[in-house]
Amino acid sequence: MDLVLSGFKQAFLLIIRLDRELLRIILLSLKVSAAALFIAAVFGVPLGAVVGLRRFPLRGAAVSLMNTMMGLPPVVVGLFLYILLSRSGPLGFMGLLYTPSAMVIAQSVLAFPIVASLSHSAVMGVDPVIRQAALTLGATPFQAAIAVLNEARYGVMSAVIAAFGRLMAEVGAILIVGGNIAGLTRVMTTTIALESDKGNFELALALGIILLMISLAVNAVLYLLQRSGGMKRGRSWA
Amino acid sequence: MGLRLEASGIHKAYNGNAVLGGCSFSFESGVYALMGTNGCGKSTFLRICALIEDPDMGEVNYYSGALLLEKDIKLRRRITLLLADVGVFNLTVLKNASYGLRIRGMDKNELRQRAESALEFAGLIHKKDHSALTLSSGEARRLGIARAVAVEPEVLFLDEPTAYIDRRNSELIEEMISNMKKETVIIATHDEAQARRLAGRVLSIEGGRLA
Ligand SMILES: Nc1ncnc2c1ncn2[C@@H]1O[C@H](COP(=O)(O)OP(=O)(O)OP(=O)(O)O)[C@@H](O)[C@H]1O
Ligand SMILES: [Mg+2]
Repeated sequence: MDLVLSGFKQAFLLIIRLDRELLRIILLSLKVSAAALFIAAVFGVPLGAVVGLRRFPLRGAAVSLMNTMMGLPPVVVGLFLYILLSRSGPLGFMGLLYTPSAMVIAQSVLAFPIVASLSHSAVMGVDPVIRQAALTLGATPFQAAIAVLNEARYGVMSAVIAAFGRLMAEVGAILIVGGNIAGLTRVMTTTIALESDKGNFELALALGIILLMISLAVNAVLYLLQRSGGMKRGRSWA
Repeated sequence: MGLRLEASGIHKAYNGNAVLGGCSFSFESGVYALMGTNGCGKSTFLRICALIEDPDMGEVNYYSGALLLEKDIKLRRRITLLLADVGVFNLTVLKNASYGLRIRGMDKNELRQRAESALEFAGLIHKKDHSALTLSSGEARRLGIARAVAVEPEVLFLDEPTAYIDRRNSELIEEMISNMKKETVIIATHDEAQARRLAGRVLSIEGGRLA
């Protein structure tokens, strides 16, 4: 009990004092996840939109594949990337293993199917009458697709933010390819996973508290987005 | 010169159920009413004539005088259909009204002016900055009309334009329709009195055919 109490006290002190090590870890976490999210969104949103808006052969298979990839176990992704990036692996010459870049790649792979699949659902959820209405007003097929995508904007933003939440909490993949090297690749989750039994209990606890707050903030934003998007169903007619 | 529209032998089936079985008609400037029981295919016929859906068989052709027009975006932008379930965009009322002008790349000032006067006409100008999703069903329909007239179509299809709309506003809409003398207006309606008031010709769809 004493350990817990003093641990919390020390943890709060670390947070209040804006401890350098603590800040560096938080910053790297945010940077890695934000970069991965950016890459995933740049490719995932258009892919989800195209799959949602266009009819093409094997479309059902593409959707299933996206949904399956959403559940990729992070440790497996980490393992595969490790094999690719390790010194003797096919991409070993790039020297990326145990760098933040490797972590960004791993998290991009994890976030991409989440963003694509949830964007796809958001686009599919748009009432077909929106596309028709755009066409009746003189939209080209491309402009009509933009109108549908615009209608799905809250859902797409939710997709991106949900992916960010997943990335911030992810540990398996970045631990394998990042290695939790102090001052270089140590991020919030890997520190919590590895430092709590090394007598660095306070640091782990402080990071845990911050991580919870970030997760809370992410969910608050998601809630607000879903509420504004939900207006659409607030009234219905015909 | 107004556009003339010729529908010939339009067939359409959904999932094997025939809806239209050979509708033919030629429309030119004037007001036409389209009547018929629920599910007889009025909305389907309008979507096909407005070139946003393809028939299974048959053809819709537009002529300017004797000249057959290509069915491209230029032609599509001369015709507009107000859908029965309007399809308001999750945007402000003003942005909805100006949508058709925006996608035509119209200059911002002119666009605003035209959208505002369309809203004025539809009695929605006081709500221009509201989210269009907060409108009542009747207001949404009026927004649909504003959105359609803003693009100044030469052929206007209206799918039950006065459903949900109160008497005063229905009269305003009817007045607007009767003022469109040069244009071709085709209205699907269940209101027989309205059809007789507005239309030079009343058509009806029965058993998949125009009568
Ligand atoms: N996209 C679609 N998919 C499947 N069936 C359709 C579709 N659109 C229309 N139908 C069917 O075609 C038939 C005609 O529908 P339509 O909407 O054209 O009728 P309507 O004359 O406009 O009826 P109402 O007076 O109720 O508006 C209906 O039986 C409808 O179920
Ligand atoms: Mg109908």
